[in-house]
Amino acid sequence: MQNKNQQTTSIPFWRDERILDILGQILFVLIVLFFGFVIIRNMNAGLAKQGVSLSINFLKGVSGFDISESLFPYSRSSSYWQAYLVGLLNTLSVSIIGIILATILGVILGVARLSTNFIINKLAAIYLEFIRNLSLLVFLIFWYLGVFLKLPKVNEAILWPGDIILTNRGVGIPWGLPTASFPTFRLIMLFGLVLAVGVFFGLHIYEKRTGRAPLTLLWTLLTFLGVSVLGWFVLPEQPVTLDLAYINGLNLAGGKVLSPEFMALTSGLVLYTSAFIGEVVRAGISSVSKGQVEASRALGLNAFQTLRLVVFPQALRVIVPPLTSQYLNLIKNSSLAIAVGFPDVFYVSNTVQNQTGRAVEMISLVMLTYLAFSLITSAFMNWYNQRIKLVER
Amino acid sequence: MTEMNSVLPPLSERSNVLRWIRKNLFGSVLDSILTIIGVLIAYWVIKGFLTWALTTARWEVISANLRLILIGQYPLEQAARLWIGVAFLIFLGGNSIGIWARESRFSVALLLSPAILALLPFSSGPRTWLIVLSVTGLVGWWLGRSRPEVLRRSVIIGWVISLPIIILLTHGFTPVDSGGVLAIVKTNLWGGLLLTFLLTVVGILFSFPIGVLLALGRRSELPIIRLASVMYIELVRGVPLITILFMAQLMLPLFLPQGVTIDRVLRAMVGIVLFSAAYLAENVRGGLQAIPKGQFEAAHALGLGKAQTMIYIVLPQALRLVIPILVGQFIAVFKDTALVAIVGLLDLLGIAKTVLAQPKFLGLQREVYVFISLIYWVLSYGMSYLSQRLEERLGVGK
Amino acid sequence: MRKSLLLVSMLIVASIIMTACGSSAATDAPAADATEAPASPAGFGVTLETVKARGNLICGVNAQVPGFGYVDESGNYSGFDVDYCRALAAAIFGDPSKVEFRPVTASERFTALQSGEIDILSRNTTWTLSRDTELAGNFTATTFYDGQGMMVPADSGATTLKDLDGGTICVQTGTTTELNLADVMAAEGISYTPAVFEDADSTFAAYSEGRCDAVTTDKSGLVARRTVLADPSAHVILDVTMSKEPLGPMVRHGDDQWFDIAQWTVFAMFAGEEYGVDSTNVDDMKASSQSPEIRRLLGVEGDMGLKLGLDNAWAYNIIKTVGNYEEVYNRNLGPDTPTFIPRGYNSLYTDGGLLYAPPVR
Repeated sequence: MQNKNQQTTSIPFWRDERILDILGQILFVLIVLFFGFVIIRNMNAGLAKQGVSLSINFLKGVSGFDISESLFPYSRSSSYWQAYLVGLLNTLSVSIIGIILATILGVILGVARLSTNFIINKLAAIYLEFIRNLSLLVFLIFWYLGVFLKLPKVNEAILWPGDIILTNRGVGIPWGLPTASFPTFRLIMLFGLVLAVGVFFGLHIYEKRTGRAPLTLLWTLLTFLGVSVLGWFVLPEQPVTLDLAYINGLNLAGGKVLSPEFMALTSGLVLYTSAFIGEVVRAGISSVSKGQVEASRALGLNAFQTLRLVVFPQALRVIVPPLTSQYLNLIKNSSLAIAVGFPDVFYVSNTVQNQTGRAVEMISLVMLTYLAFSLITSAFMNWYNQRIKLVER
Repeated sequence: MTEMNSVLPPLSERSNVLRWIRKNLFGSVLDSILTIIGVLIAYWVIKGFLTWALTTARWEVISANLRLILIGQYPLEQAARLWIGVAFLIFLGGNSIGIWARESRFSVALLLSPAILALLPFSSGPRTWLIVLSVTGLVGWWLGRSRPEVLRRSVIIGWVISLPIIILLTHGFTPVDSGGVLAIVKTNLWGGLLLTFLLTVVGILFSFPIGVLLALGRRSELPIIRLASVMYIELVRGVPLITILFMAQLMLPLFLPQGVTIDRVLRAMVGIVLFSAAYLAENVRGGLQAIPKGQFEAAHALGLGKAQTMIYIVLPQALRLVIPILVGQFIAVFKDTALVAIVGLLDLLGIAKTVLAQPKFLGLQREVYVFISLIYWVLSYGMSYLSQRLEERLGVGK
Repeated sequence: MRKSLLLVSMLIVASIIMTACGSSAATDAPAADATEAPASPAGFGVTLETVKARGNLICGVNAQVPGFGYVDESGNYSGFDVDYCRALAAAIFGDPSKVEFRPVTASERFTALQSGEIDILSRNTTWTLSRDTELAGNFTATTFYDGQGMMVPADSGATTLKDLDGGTICVQTGTTTELNLADVMAAEGISYTPAVFEDADSTFAAYSEGRCDAVTTDKSGLVARRTVLADPSAHVILDVTMSKEPLGPMVRHGDDQWFDIAQWTVFAMFAGEEYGVDSTNVDDMKASSQSPEIRRLLGVEGDMGLKLGLDNAWAYNIIKTVGNYEEVYNRNLGPDTPTFIPRGYNSLYTDGGLLYAPPVR
């Protein structure tokens, strides 16, 4: 006991690592607090000089400006808060559409990059190298000013098969128009969805019990589609009628009109991100060793089964983490909408900030918004990653 | 690039062109269809672009504004400093090629490209300088080739100090009125490619130490330090660069004491540094994690303290591992600097917008944006290509 | 999972800090105000001293409006608003080149002025009540009387705003224009879709590509931009004025001397035109003019410059090196320039315009 005491006293405290660690951390906290204090004091003094104080109450004020694209009714007499929500929903829709399309294109590119066809392989390689070395912002501006605004005027519109109208006012596509029976149909679809989830879990349990791998996703999808299609025909009236876009004077009407800003932003983001996703997919697939394929063929699995049961599950484990960061990049890059005039959350907040002079509040709000996006996406992808890891056993 | 080899057929089959075509282009019905579609797309894109570039496009907007695009409003009488800086870089590049990539004909041809550019209709000043650039590059290459062992160390040191030297050359240090050798050129005169390049260089140079510290902090055993590092890294990586640039432009002035102002170029640099540091930290952390535990234990057994282990044993190995990723980060920052145009700086993209506002050249967006895209593309592709080459020679990264 | 937990807690902490800032700052603000106020007694003379000590003037300008502020091929700033900065530099230093131009965007211009990054904002900024108060700026004088207009392609046949019902209108964000457009259209009950852009260049690029049925901005901007469109005669400016847009240089609150200097620089240019003094005859006038007004203006009689804290030759320097209002106007917006705008309201009061300089005495 005494011996031990002597030992601790023999090391002076300024050389004791444990105490130094704690002291160092306290010092660190103090420095951070000090800087935080100075910054906040400076900021308050500066704001006071301008006669304003930090507050988010101004968000309730009347915005006074109009926004070109909104998923819900918005006018100049709506509040700043509603303007922010318009931007938020626009960012969400661009991100979701962008992620879906970029994934599809990226997978095609990744597979093409591994193709034995010389031309396809080289075209994919050139595409990847070309896109990955461009500056995204310049690329987006080019798509807007150099492509979508250079489309012909409405009276000389390009008509594509499938009733797609291309003009410099936007791209018109056919869209569904809900009829009186649509609410009932929505209920039927919901029922189909519930049933499909049931089928999904049922097959999952079946797989666990028997060790056979049924085509879970296919059956789930078929259940949902089956119920929906059945509902479509059972109903006395078609729940949705097709609404075609048409040219109305100098503008497009009917169907769904996608603005050049939206088109430029989405296509720019999709083409850019797909190049990175293509690389991720290529790396993922090539990470599965050839022996795995040969072994599964030797076990009697056919080519499709090999792909579905052997190659894909293993490739996915390599693909998912970098894919997540590509999705996050796409969401964050959608803030470049400001350069092409698409009213996303950053652009709308910037307008609010301009009109009110509330820089600190709006920038903080936007940063929190993007942090929340990142959080939700990575949480979802983490959950998914955990799930597919189970395949490892 | 490595995939190319795996696709090419064995040598014996290459002799028969027809057989090669049949195997690689028309192996099956699907293959044939894909080939035809691919060829058609390529033909359509190339033809469309060339027709536009050679007939419709009005390239005089570029030639009239080349100076603005390259160096912005940087005073022409001081431009020699920039040429010297570039010559220094090219000399180092030539040296490196001579030492590590002596067989690569392509790299040597690259050194001749300034001289080839000199054939374009420039005035005599730039033309002379372009030729000087090529000559310096070739001299460097020849020196590196003939004395690889002697120069190896000095070239590495040269690369390390090149960035500060270039910043110093561009900015200068004697006040304008004193008539000294390197008069200060204010940052508001920096523009075009020069500004883009300097933003990148400063961004990387200053974010590097911060990034290393953050990476160490994230792996630290001290909970508070670790928490702070993780919070910083995740916070910055969770938001787009543009919000950080806006914060630097609009909020940073508020954070400073009254009367203290920092100019807008510097503010943008602060934003880029803060942003890039978080990404660098993650890259360096990857390198740190790859160091086997035995290294730590061995160092401990030798009696080295924690700090000494880090500085002498772990960091050198970790940094060497992540050099390729750092080059990638450099390229990423280079491309990202275009965002400063949104906050009103006259970088490559910002100056392009200004050029497009000149009454004479309104409506020539395609020409200007294609040209600056080309600059971005050539430089980032060039950097990644050269770094890949050097990596192979140096045997780092893998 | 730990990462997401961490992020959640970070979000929560950040939101708490934000709301805490909101509430605490609201109570703190008056206290801070009270302590800050005596520190800078009316801020008198601080700006001029700073500028003189620095050796040049820092002027916030636009770099994207032909005729008002842009960078020419040789990299120099030129334009109407830019020349005002030169005139102010001439008044202070006797040398119009002692000015450093900072291009500022519409979004950051007021912050730049408040933070002291620029000494004066000369960037087609509209004088409004909230900018005069809330944004802590003072408008010195109106250098250009403008009004918001609407430009349409001639072949559209539109003559009034009503003809634009259901159409798309290009507009620049962060401006009073954006708000006026919403106000006017709502008042007239016209439905429209805005296409909003971050800068003037993008706005007009989009319009000239046919993205919109009409483009709206200050009439001066419309005129200047129309002359440089591919076919100017194919575009007409509607005969409607949607707002009053008095444009002029703006300074910070709290420095009255600096405000006076900035204001009288404008008036000296007006007076020069009124009395017929221009850069070519200013030396003769100074030597031989018998008119007391001219003698006072050019610093021969009375100590007008000293009263401003400047040299007595301040107005002489402005007119000699930069020119009077008419010269500056004609250089940038006159009939010989591609950006010709008829003078209209921007004529002297003696010619039926609104320009009126108080007496220099």
